Amino acid sequence: MGGDLNINHLEFLGHGALWTLGLSAMALIGGGLFGFVLALARIAPARALRWASGGYIQLIQGTPLLVILFLGYFGLAAIGFDLSPLVAAGASLTIYNAAYFGEIWRGCIQSVPKPQWEAAEGLGLSRTQRMFKVILPQAIRIATPPTVGFTVQIIKNTSLASVIGFVELARAGQIINNSLFKPFLIYAIIALIYFAMCYPISRLSRRLERRMALGRAQPIPA
Amino acid sequence: MSDPTAIVSLKDVHKSFGPLKVLDGVSFSVARGEVMAIIGRSGSGKSTALRCIDRFERIDSGTIEVCGHRVDDPQVDLKALRQDIGIVFQSYNLFPHLTVEENITLAPCSVKRVAKAEAKSLARQVLAQVGLEDKLNSYPEQLSGGQQQRAAIARSLAMQPKVMLFDEVTSALDPELTGEVLKVIEALAADGMTMVMVTHEMGFAKGIADRIVFMHRGKVHEAGTAGILSAPATPELAQFVGTGF
Repeated sequence: MGGDLNINHLEFLGHGALWTLGLSAMALIGGGLFGFVLALARIAPARALRWASGGYIQLIQGTPLLVILFLGYFGLAAIGFDLSPLVAAGASLTIYNAAYFGEIWRGCIQSVPKPQWEAAEGLGLSRTQRMFKVILPQAIRIATPPTVGFTVQIIKNTSLASVIGFVELARAGQIINNSLFKPFLIYAIIALIYFAMCYPISRLSRRLERRMALGRAQPIPA
Repeated sequence: MSDPTAIVSLKDVHKSFGPLKVLDGVSFSVARGEVMAIIGRSGSGKSTALRCIDRFERIDSGTIEVCGHRVDDPQVDLKALRQDIGIVFQSYNLFPHLTVEENITLAPCSVKRVAKAEAKSLARQVLAQVGLEDKLNSYPEQLSGGQQQRAAIARSLAMQPKVMLFDEVTSALDPELTGEVLKVIEALAADGMTMVMVTHEMGFAKGIADRIVFMHRGKVHEAGTAGILSAPATPELAQFVGTGF
């Protein structure tokens, strides 16, 4: 067997790369929405909400993504829920990334100085108004660099979806290698494509972080 | 309560943080149009007393009444209470992501549902009151400390409170900037605003306050007109005035 890498192989890889981006988008949007809810629940006045969201985050952060993927695909199938690899992968990544987003954003919300809450409270704003009109706009600025940075993790983590047969970039490479047996060449190409996706985002994250550091000159007297 | 003309009235208020007794039976009342200065050492409970009036802290026992609201009642209507009270803090606490105008219009628009145009003209009016008409579109970080504090006062005034609380509002400012803030407060006093202020500015307290409350170890140790500063009845106040702090 064997043969040379040709245009068809590259096209197949391109297809896989597109699915990697698609899966990343699903994970980013799903994980982001659910993570936002988790972040709010983590600092809710109701103890039960704080408790449940905290427990969820602990549980998921203590579980490998690989295991969550297996559970979502093979585990649910065994008890009668037959999910397509796409749905299983999207759901697993959402569940996993939400736990991280929830914790990152909780930290960002809590790093808005407490007197900001009090000033808003003193003006008569309700808790919801304080959160959405005063605290979150400030927290978003703080959250942008770590969120962009975490997006790189999300993209790389989608490669694990290959284990449940989802043909994204890593799985596409595996399939081609199975017929060509040129692992070094093929995986080097795969690595390059991942790098090309992630590097601009890392750069953006670092630039945002630098800009934040410059803009931090805020007069908060003791 | 006892005094029907009182806008703020505390009666036998007790408050502890854990084992630390911060307020130990505090009583005083402030009449309409009156300016009261609360003085005392750090840790004497003066800031806590002020924060209890706006219900940033809940009290353990006693009663607090502000403009007819029973602040000690767990069911008190906080939204209504906070519309009657304006509070200004030591660290200004303007919202950094909003312009001065937006800082001022936020609460009238979202709490009182005032129309945008009306809120904007209100903002111009209160900014003129504190001498900052030209800073309407500035962001807080573009203002000096004194200007930020005046903007914070304007923000409170825009809610048309019945009583203003000032918590060491000049403590973060250097003497030069302190003057411009004190001038604004003096103008408010002249307009008849009811005010309770915690302050370290003895000269200012003496000049502006109708009544002075000296707090010591969680109690009202001595109270009276500004005259008590020059003729203290207790050794503690004498010592406090003597050292300047």
